[in-house]
Amino acid sequence: MKRFFAFVKKEFFHIFRDFRTLLILFGMPIVQILLFGYVITTDLKDVQIAIYDPTPSEVTQGLVHKLESSGYFIVDQYLSSPDEAESAFKTGDIREVIIFEAGLAEKLQRDGKGDIQLLIDASDPNMGNLINQYTRGTILKYQQQINEGPAVSGGIEVESRMMFNTGLDSVYMFVPGTMALILMLISAMMTSISIAREKEMGTMEVLLVSPLRPLQIILGKVTPYVALSFINAVTIIVLGNTVFGVPVKGSLLLLMAESLLFILLALSLGILISTISKTQQVAMFISLFALMLPTILLSGFIFPIESMPEILQWLSVLMPPRWFIVIIKNIMLKGAGMPFVWKETLILLAMITFFIVMSVRKFKVRLE
Amino acid sequence: MRTISYILRKEFTQIFRNKTMLPIIFIVPVVQLVVLVFAANMELKNIDVTVVDRDKSSTSQRLIAKFSGSPYYNVTFSEASIDKSVDDLYADQSDMILHIPQNFERDLYNHKHTDLQVLINAINNTSASLMNGYTQSIVMDFNKNILLKISQRQPPMTDQFKMESSFWYNPELNYKIYMLPGILVVLVTVIGMFLTAMNLVREKEIGTIEQINVTPIRKHHLLIGKLVPFWVVAIFELAFGLSIGYFFFDLPIEGSLVSLFGFGCIYLLVALGIGLFLSTITDNQQQVMFLAYFFMLTFILMSGIFTPADSMPEWAQTINYINPFYYFIRAIRMILLKGSAFIHVLPEALSLLSYALIIFSLALWRYRKTV
Repeated sequence: MKRFFAFVKKEFFHIFRDFRTLLILFGMPIVQILLFGYVITTDLKDVQIAIYDPTPSEVTQGLVHKLESSGYFIVDQYLSSPDEAESAFKTGDIREVIIFEAGLAEKLQRDGKGDIQLLIDASDPNMGNLINQYTRGTILKYQQQINEGPAVSGGIEVESRMMFNTGLDSVYMFVPGTMALILMLISAMMTSISIAREKEMGTMEVLLVSPLRPLQIILGKVTPYVALSFINAVTIIVLGNTVFGVPVKGSLLLLMAESLLFILLALSLGILISTISKTQQVAMFISLFALMLPTILLSGFIFPIESMPEILQWLSVLMPPRWFIVIIKNIMLKGAGMPFVWKETLILLAMITFFIVMSVRKFKVRLE
Repeated sequence: MRTISYILRKEFTQIFRNKTMLPIIFIVPVVQLVVLVFAANMELKNIDVTVVDRDKSSTSQRLIAKFSGSPYYNVTFSEASIDKSVDDLYADQSDMILHIPQNFERDLYNHKHTDLQVLINAINNTSASLMNGYTQSIVMDFNKNILLKISQRQPPMTDQFKMESSFWYNPELNYKIYMLPGILVVLVTVIGMFLTAMNLVREKEIGTIEQINVTPIRKHHLLIGKLVPFWVVAIFELAFGLSIGYFFFDLPIEGSLVSLFGFGCIYLLVALGIGLFLSTITDNQQQVMFLAYFFMLTFILMSGIFTPADSMPEWAQTINYINPFYYFIRAIRMILLKGSAFIHVLPEALSLLSYALIIFSLALWRYRKTV
């Protein structure tokens, strides 16, 4: 046991001696949460548009003003011919061109009808859709305003309640995902590389002939990372709570226990990766490709799993972060307890068992 | 020149000799591209809605029929109380609960007004607002007819302004052709930047850098020799990924391929240059990997690949000036989807070019032939 602690101490020294890595290790969760909280938004804001208005009138100016004061749009330029739309789009910044028909105001008075053409840059389909909806909405509002007609009242009134995230903050969605990402990264990637490193440098041989048992070597390798990952998990929760007001509605104890479970899972995955890779480079690329992009894209972190094709939905079942994210969301945001997370917890446990059994079978006490 | 060609030969031999790395370099990215393009989808379909119908009148049934008729909704019914049905939201069985209260129809006909409760799982704020939008518009539509029937009033004029929208560059609103170029940029960069960064550090770690240092190889010879192989590999991947997009995903290539690859070459100089620079300031592979990973993740998320860069706060857009991803993702989408010419992305290209110069000078300056 004393030997084991000496070994763990050595590992801690390795980590703490490397100041740069340490800085990133602790800085990363902070930077990511701040990024997600402040930068990554899907809201429509300050979309640059161009206007073609051959016959400026009170009506068209009122419309333009209404669009600008909505906060969604900024009129960047007035075109002198509708043909300029194409080059306006191609230089990149204009997302919509609004074309008023000639003599719009007069036609409106005479026939009660006027044509407006909306040309939308839909290369980003979501944005295109949103821009279309918001523009139409704004123009309709203006129409009601000039009509001063009685608003349609009565009928069925929809009373929507946004459960679990009343303010529709995007950071709610990202805190659980970031936790999964960071824990996966630190635990799985760091362990796999650190073990592969001993192999590559030849020091693994030294360790194997030492009185330390293989199990002790592995446990000694992962212990420091358990501690580091746990500190990071706590940092993310505290930061999310204090800066962005993401609540922890459920039991904190359960949340911590589940995080620990996920850390263990990531570590066992890291060990498995290290047993099948001979060099750090291989370990790193497996971690990177097998962990990073799928963790971001296949886990429901950013993109909803339900919208994926069937095959990918099945594939996402194999992704450990997917289950962890569900657990975190349920405990933190919904305030649910064990009855709503036991299934996911069991899946994580099963995955841990699988990874450990596989690693034990693959682990070689001898080096070729 | 001879020296460089020898180093190049050594590097290429090392790349193709490594049988574990070869599939990682050439096959894995392709698989990723195909899988991830399908995964990266913001479209909302299959909304699971649990209907709690307390009224069971013909009106409520007609309203529900509106929902089941829409391609967006999967309707299931719940006979339990509203409090019990909310459990469906907790258990992720359903995304939304539609509660039709008792006397829904009676209130509507007698008081011309009635409430409809909708509970939405809003953890994903984007999906939640979309769901709310769809629901509101279905109900509004339904409302129009009902109101006409019960009040016999003339419907208000709603179509004074006749609006006609045309969606340019992507009329079918196909999300895949929008995401594919972005994911391709990420993959190409990961391969290029990481391979470069790990390569030099590896020589340091194993100690072979000292052997190189005592040879007459000059600093810039070595750096060029280290860079070119991965540059070639990355450009090859770019071409390969584009062909996959073109043949399997109907990716349009509106602009000229020459300007795309011209831009790509400049971009890769920057990406690889960053890898090179990182490798000069670190001592082992774990360190460099971690540094590279950190910057990449931050840059990718800020680049506008998933969320529009235009809606980011001012300071974030300023940071984006040093984000190489931002330039290339923007340019590749402009060239492929909109058919922008090189002149349209010239400012971006020039920025990247000066970026490359700076990063190479830094790398050259930081690289020491002494240990």
